[in-house]
Amino acid sequence: MPMKKVMKGNEAAAWAAKLAKPKVIAAFPITPSTLVPEKISEFVANGELDAEFIKVESEHSAISACVGAAAAGVRTFTATASQGLALMHEILFIAAGMRLPIVMAIGNRALSAPINIWNDWQDTISERDTGWIQFYAENNQEALDLILIAFKVAEDERVLLPAMTGFDAFILTHTVEPVEIPDQELVDEFLGEYKPKHAYLDPKRPITQGTLGFPAHYMEARYTVWEAMENAREVIKEAFEEFEKKFGRKYQMVEEYKTDDAEVIMITMGSLAGTLKEFVDKKREEGVKVGAAKITVYRPFPIEEIRALAKKAKVLAILEKDVSFGSGGAVFADVARSLINEKEKPIILDFIIGLGGRDVTFEQLEEALSIAEKAMKEGVEEDVYWIGLRKEIL
Amino acid sequence: MAVRKPPITTREYRAPGHAACAGCGCAIIMRLATKAFSEAMEEKYGDPNAFAIAHATGCMEVVSAVFPYTAWKAPWVHVAFENAAAVASGIEAAWKKLGYKGKILAFAGDGGTADIGLQALSGMLERRHNVVYIMYDNEAYMNTGIQRSSSTPYGAWTTTSPPGKYSIGEDKPKKWVALIAAAHMIPYVATASIADPYDLYRKVKKAALVDGPAFLQIHGPCVPGWRIPPEKTVEVAKLAIETGVWPLFEIENGDIRNIKFQRFPKDGKFKKPIEEYLKLQGRFKHLFKRPEAIQELKEQIKAMWRVLGKEVELP
Repeated sequence: MPMKKVMKGNEAAAWAAKLAKPKVIAAFPITPSTLVPEKISEFVANGELDAEFIKVESEHSAISACVGAAAAGVRTFTATASQGLALMHEILFIAAGMRLPIVMAIGNRALSAPINIWNDWQDTISERDTGWIQFYAENNQEALDLILIAFKVAEDERVLLPAMTGFDAFILTHTVEPVEIPDQELVDEFLGEYKPKHAYLDPKRPITQGTLGFPAHYMEARYTVWEAMENAREVIKEAFEEFEKKFGRKYQMVEEYKTDDAEVIMITMGSLAGTLKEFVDKKREEGVKVGAAKITVYRPFPIEEIRALAKKAKVLAILEKDVSFGSGGAVFADVARSLINEKEKPIILDFIIGLGGRDVTFEQLEEALSIAEKAMKEGVEEDVYWIGLRKEIL
Repeated sequence: MAVRKPPITTREYRAPGHAACAGCGCAIIMRLATKAFSEAMEEKYGDPNAFAIAHATGCMEVVSAVFPYTAWKAPWVHVAFENAAAVASGIEAAWKKLGYKGKILAFAGDGGTADIGLQALSGMLERRHNVVYIMYDNEAYMNTGIQRSSSTPYGAWTTTSPPGKYSIGEDKPKKWVALIAAAHMIPYVATASIADPYDLYRKVKKAALVDGPAFLQIHGPCVPGWRIPPEKTVEVAKLAIETGVWPLFEIENGDIRNIKFQRFPKDGKFKKPIEEYLKLQGRFKHLFKRPEAIQELKEQIKAMWRVLGKEVELP
């Protein structure tokens, strides 16, 4: 029987790792995800998880050790956030290029400077082009489930790419919520044993990995990463379906909420989706035609799902906790490029919100919505709207 | 009395078809080290092939693993420049869980070890992974075209330490990573040279036989980087030992009071002057117009020996 426990998001991530039975974990503590390696240390110390836990001296070595272990052919896991993820940056490309299905939990946190330990998505968004699959969790249950799903997708032979699951710093990492822990037997059935055909360091079958690619081959190697990421769309959907059958919880590339007759659809990711759904409920009671959509899978970007969503509304309002300086929000750019060649498309608005742990309030959502409603009638005034900015201290 | 040389196995782990320069000192290190490693694995696990190699970015990686070819006959992986020790840590952990018997061999140059890879090396040694880490020391960043590293000796020309009106070439003393490794109190640390293949072979084998981490700093001249003719590689390396430039020693369990020396003159007097070593190499050519720089280099070498517990005389 599945067990329900009240736990922090970090514990949920550690539980997911325990259930997935990785053989090697390498991690370095970083706020706000420190509890993940701490909890895993406990599991290993108590014999509840039969794994080698390498207490590395940096995140760069954490991911490097994971690459070594994955190249040797075992399931691997790590966790980090923010500066730690940025320190891994170089090796993230290599993990994807070498087609090693490492899974990583990320307590989504802002990047310096100024140093800030609270939530936004700048860390994982900045890694969007590394070739890693990206999931964003709305709550602690999703943090656990999406890590299990990440293993399933990453290790699929049609994919073989690393995957990261983000869950918001403090809003989820340190907040306790009831979380259902799936049965180990069912998780074992769901994931199966990882036996790679392409990555091993077996003296009986010596192979060379991580070679030099000349111009004659490099582009093709990169294309296979592209292809694998494209394949991941279908594999993720299959994994979501199988997960629902086995564990009863439904996941979608893009989850829609009261969108059918909506004029404005507000799109976001992560824990903000929870706030947004409540806001939509409130506005619906007031008779406002507004809906919400949550992007669960950011890489591969759900292009088709966004196109379907765009057909329903006059305005898509993107609420995102990241900035691409000199351009705008990263999610906006993805949504916009998904729709660029559509014959009819809604107005798309870019709202930067809640950076560095700033609380996203109903007042802020109200402000975004009123800008969206005004844009519907009078057109777009600004390329990027910063919501909740304290202009008086600027 | 003739010294009985230990036999060197005929097994090969480096195919002849690699792309290293003619006379490459480091290619000699790779070949001898893998042979010695296999012999140790045979002795310890009954399987000469019971090892995998983690390689840092560098000449030796580039010349041996150009897709779709490989010069390696052992399981081999390259990830990045600074992380061979961390990658080796991961492989070793995976092997434990896979139940493989054997040991991991990590290779990195002086740039990937003394500079950018020092932290990962320290972490790996401190955590006591069952890995032998070989720093092949050709004393500069040769892969990118001869830039100075912290292992470049005083006075040497490189493209980033060029001699000029205000420069004598590299102006810092050489960093001895072997001593840093010893500070981790690991079972075995040694230096070696291609000029003494039997000593090199014995040391790699010994390193491979210990339980836990071992570190070797091995001298391997670089033909284009040192401005030497291809046929002079071994001769130059030999002169480094004979003039006192390259010490051969072993440190067990970090016990720096009991360093074992090899080929050290009993009276502490090196018979051949350093100039003999320097004059064969284009990278030191400019020093002969600057005798004070050669004197400074001698002082540094004496200081290095003093750190090792020896007072030496250099002619």
